Amino acid sequence: MSIDMEQFHQVFFEESLEGLDIMEASLMELQEGQADSEIVNSIFRAAHSIKGGSATFGFSAVADFTHVLETLLDEVRQKTRDITTEIIELLLQSVDCLRDQMSALEQGESADSAQSHELKASFMKILESGNEAPASSTATDASPTISEGWTIYFKPEADIVKSGNEPLRMFRELAQLGTLSTVANLDALPSFNELAPENCYLYWELELHGSDISEAQIKEAFEWVEDESEIRITAIDAASEVSATTDSESEDESDPTNDDKPSGSALSEVPKSTSFSKRESASIRVGVDKIDELINTVGELVITQSMLSAVGQDFQMDQLTRLQEGLNQLAQNTRELQESVMRIRMLPISVSFNRYPRMIRDLSNQLDKKVELVLVGEQTELDKTVLEKIGDPLTHLVRNSMDHGIETPAERLLSGKSETGTITLKASHQGGNIVIEIIDDGKGLDRERILEKAIEKGLQEPGDKLSDEQIYQLVFKAGFSTADVVSDVSGRGVGMDVVRRNIHELGGTISIQSIQGVGSTITIRLPLTLAILDGQLAKVADQIFVFPLVSIIESMEMRGVEVSKAAGGCDLIKLRDEYIPIVYLTEVFGISTQPVILHESLLVVVESNNEKIGVVIDDLLSQQQIVIKSLEENYQKVKGISGATILGDGRVALIADIGELIRLSGTTHLKKLRAGDNFIPADPQAA
Amino acid sequence: MTVVLAVDDSASMRQMVSFTLQTAGFEVVEAVDGVDALAKAKDTQVDVVVSDVNMPNMDGIELIAALRALPQYKFTPMLMLTTESGGDKKSEGKAAGATGWIIKPFNPEQLVKTVNKVLG
Repeated sequence: MSIDMEQFHQVFFEESLEGLDIMEASLMELQEGQADSEIVNSIFRAAHSIKGGSATFGFSAVADFTHVLETLLDEVRQKTRDITTEIIELLLQSVDCLRDQMSALEQGESADSAQSHELKASFMKILESGNEAPASSTATDASPTISEGWTIYFKPEADIVKSGNEPLRMFRELAQLGTLSTVANLDALPSFNELAPENCYLYWELELHGSDISEAQIKEAFEWVEDESEIRITAIDAASEVSATTDSESEDESDPTNDDKPSGSALSEVPKSTSFSKRESASIRVGVDKIDELINTVGELVITQSMLSAVGQDFQMDQLTRLQEGLNQLAQNTRELQESVMRIRMLPISVSFNRYPRMIRDLSNQLDKKVELVLVGEQTELDKTVLEKIGDPLTHLVRNSMDHGIETPAERLLSGKSETGTITLKASHQGGNIVIEIIDDGKGLDRERILEKAIEKGLQEPGDKLSDEQIYQLVFKAGFSTADVVSDVSGRGVGMDVVRRNIHELGGTISIQSIQGVGSTITIRLPLTLAILDGQLAKVADQIFVFPLVSIIESMEMRGVEVSKAAGGCDLIKLRDEYIPIVYLTEVFGISTQPVILHESLLVVVESNNEKIGVVIDDLLSQQQIVIKSLEENYQKVKGISGATILGDGRVALIADIGELIRLSGTTHLKKLRAGDNFIPADPQAA
Repeated sequence: MTVVLAVDDSASMRQMVSFTLQTAGFEVVEAVDGVDALAKAKDTQVDVVVSDVNMPNMDGIELIAALRALPQYKFTPMLMLTTESGGDKKSEGKAAGATGWIIKPFNPEQLVKTVNKVLG
């Protein structure tokens, strides 16, 4: 029988990583000297499963490592060893090490790492120091006896069949080794009245003849009952009694990880396979309810389809209402199907949040700060792709809060706060967006200092009057860092500008609210998914553009609106108390040489990152959900365009990149653009 | 067809056991822990139980004890999959009514051989 064990590897990696997450979270709850048995058990179980699986699937490096871990954990579990900070720390490091080992294996590389050897050595030291050296299995059997004939005396306990062990089955097994003769002794059989039908009253004398039968082979047949039975095995020729009724489990005492090499497919060597892609995209775990929902929707779709084909079979004009009904139903089914499929890609944000308890713990130690982490709305779901890409920016922001936001315990006490600071990570749905907030009760942003720094770095002209919000936006500029000393924690070059760029790439926005001395809140707004967008279609000359609905603030007729010319040639309108620059898509993308007739046009006011512009369009068309297609993959990157979509009639519509349009409308850019002729190519390099 | 109840909280081990036994011609009912297994065993009469020991909710030893207490499982062979090399788990399992055990790591051949062994 040959079973390809490789087919189970991916599942094993996934469940091991999940187990490691549980292990890590549980370890964080442990405190020195307090071994809550529930927590210790779940840690033990995770290590135990990884060990069992890795041994079975032939990952001996992992199995060896987890074996040591498990031994230690077992002692803690049995309460023969106290849990110390050192042990917790080492176990946490082991979690990291095992994660590395798993990803190495997943990539088809060896899991044998220097770190695992070091950790193993540390564990061994602890194991040897605290307790007696583990009883080694010295009781090795005498050299195996082989004989041509054996007599076996077998007297089982009365209860034997109640454990599912059947003497007849053992005899059959023995009979496979050679010729077996049996003599049953009936003398213990009680009278019929006293006979309990489920008890075994018989005992046997057996004789087994055959070539080269070893004592071990015979013992194997009785393996599970030897403790409760009287068994004497005697070689006929040698007449030497080699086994008795004593406990003789020595053959099982050896380290299970070193037992027979597992599996038929020679897995002791890690198979060199490059077919595994990176963990992030390998697979996705989907709840059964989501699949059921999908199947349900497909079922409805099938019904609609058959109804429509019935209508179409022999179509009469009087059936038009039925046809329309059917088409409406089809539209609804399609929308539902789309939603269910999208939901499959949705994962709870806890997948990303779960790494922070550990990080906060490590950073607290490193920075000598006391911080409590509060997670809110961990079950909020968002698209897998967004989730994967939000991890790094979030980590950076949390690090920042730890490093710059939360004060030292002494500082906090001085300013009348509790010693322990709080960082709250909060996720929620708001409309078509997901909102993630990082809230700390630290010292807040220092307005004056930021301004000073920005001026010093030439990011800001001195003398300008800036709102709080504008000042906070300065920290997102490239080259800005207020940390006087570049610490290990934050401020190592990857600044807030990268964070903002990452979030923009996801179609999201980031903003800061802060009160000095009280704390800061950083708010990230992200689209639920990157693949589908609620869009407003707009006509500009002969083109159709799509504006993301979330970025539209309002639309208005230009008739009667006063347009002012600002210095530098930028058109502005006054909308309530705000001046908003106007962007002419015909100019930005060079799609028409016809002059724009302003009083016949419409203006769509859009916003990104708290900056607004008005985009001049000819007409507003429908609002619809559009599927985003990459322009880069199919053509090339075009400034001001984030992608494209195919409309119902087969036409391609370009999706406006609002953030980029705002940048393009920025004084420097537009000044240059407008200085030239009326025709401005979308991408000068490409033109 | 002989029905095997395969119980393991680890999906990879469960799949491995299940796939191996199916390949060997058994019908397999899978369960993720003792509670799940007990419910399924009450639902479908199985001929052999192959269970992991260390599981959440209800471990393998509790499961075996609970099954043994049911009249329809009084004599059914029940095997524990265990990595415990010490005698502790084995004797605990035996006390609960386990027929025998398979020591992890085991290979598919050993598994099939042992299941066939208890079926006689």
